[in-house]
Amino acid sequence: MQHIISIRDFTRQDLDSFLDRAELVERGGFDPRMLEGKILALLFFEPSTRTRMSFASAMARLGGTSISVDSVEASSIAKGETLADTIRVVSGYADAIVLRHPKEGAARLASEFATVPVINAGDGAGQHPSQTILDLYTIRRSMPLDGLEIGLLGDLRYGRTAHSLAHALSLYDVTLHTIAPPGLDLPLSVVHELRRHGMEVVKHGDVGKVIRDLDVLYVTRIQRERFPDSASYYDVASSYRITPDLLEGAREHLIVLHPLPRVDEIDPAVDRTPFARYFEQSRNGIPVRMALLQEVMG
Amino acid sequence: MKKPEGKHALIVGRIREGTVIDHITAGEALNVLKILGITGTTDECLSIATNVSSGKVGKKDIVKVEGRELRKEEVDRIALIAPRATINIIRDYEVVEKKGVEIPRSLVGVVRCPNPGCISNTSEPIESRFEVVERGLHCLYCDWLITKDITGHII
Repeated sequence: MQHIISIRDFTRQDLDSFLDRAELVERGGFDPRMLEGKILALLFFEPSTRTRMSFASAMARLGGTSISVDSVEASSIAKGETLADTIRVVSGYADAIVLRHPKEGAARLASEFATVPVINAGDGAGQHPSQTILDLYTIRRSMPLDGLEIGLLGDLRYGRTAHSLAHALSLYDVTLHTIAPPGLDLPLSVVHELRRHGMEVVKHGDVGKVIRDLDVLYVTRIQRERFPDSASYYDVASSYRITPDLLEGAREHLIVLHPLPRVDEIDPAVDRTPFARYFEQSRNGIPVRMALLQEVMG
Repeated sequence: MKKPEGKHALIVGRIREGTVIDHITAGEALNVLKILGITGTTDECLSIATNVSSGKVGKKDIVKVEGRELRKEEVDRIALIAPRATINIIRDYEVVEKKGVEIPRSLVGVVRCPNPGCISNTSEPIESRFEVVERGLHCLYCDWLITKDITGHII
């Protein structure tokens, strides 16, 4: 039984195989009745729009159906049931489980108690592997994954998408440029691990100084709650904002990605430039999640 | 503690059957017992000596557990805090087996994850699980890495 819990569980070959399968799906190479009669349980104990809807959509496109719990309040967890028991019970109702939970490691625990495959759709500040795979997919649709200069910008300390993506990219020949406000840098333990994998990691304070050297700029949200007051948040957020002016002189093939939702990190005027690929990235969630559902249930 | 006078004097008595853990890093005897799950509420008859002078290591702790032969996988867990410890299995007052400790590859239910957001710190029916890596202990649930004060995280 195959679970999808953490990007760390996969080799480069595994990831390439997911990407190949997603590409095939996008070209129409799939059986729309492949998962007919199968049921996917969506257990979301934290808010989600894109991830939950795209898994439901991916399941429907493969002929299957979804059942869901949308919040802790609406579930037996509110009555004090453990996640382990919830997972054991739901294993009897569905053929696979997609789980989002506020605690780190929740999906790993779920995989220990489930009798059906579990897909991690985000566990607290931990892992979100399907997001990482769709990020890789979006990059690979524009350019080969090797030999790239990739910038990670935003809250790199707490952002789970940034850590997962950095780890996945370390399996490829990529130079990583980190651009973060003071105090929100990529944790040193993560940097050490990336370097152990042979990745070159270069730290920058000013996005303007590195933007012209990048092939990919991956922007993440800088969260207001990380700052003592609104004034210091706006001060920092404005100096890391992506605008059309900032992108002047960038490489022609640069792509700007964002896991969404964005708040102020990217000026809406950037949406009209050829660099903006975040909505395409979001759409890529469908073929990628169809590929993952095929992998675990097909 | 001052070493007693006389050739045959002992700080603590010899045991007839059981396990003697020698060459424990000075001051770590109580933590060793904690790791082994031996507490005041368990049945074992214990002798503990701390800060005993030792030619080899300066000062050391010794723990004697009467009537219980500790298995290798049990005692290997103490290697984290007492890597030079030696285990002596005693039968009829004689040492019948002597071995060192090896750092195990994984630790289950021994160390608490310091990450408050980790699922292993909730009421779920699981034990903490760490793999021993070069730089410390890696939580197999949340990926947290403990690099220092491992003793402080022992459950």
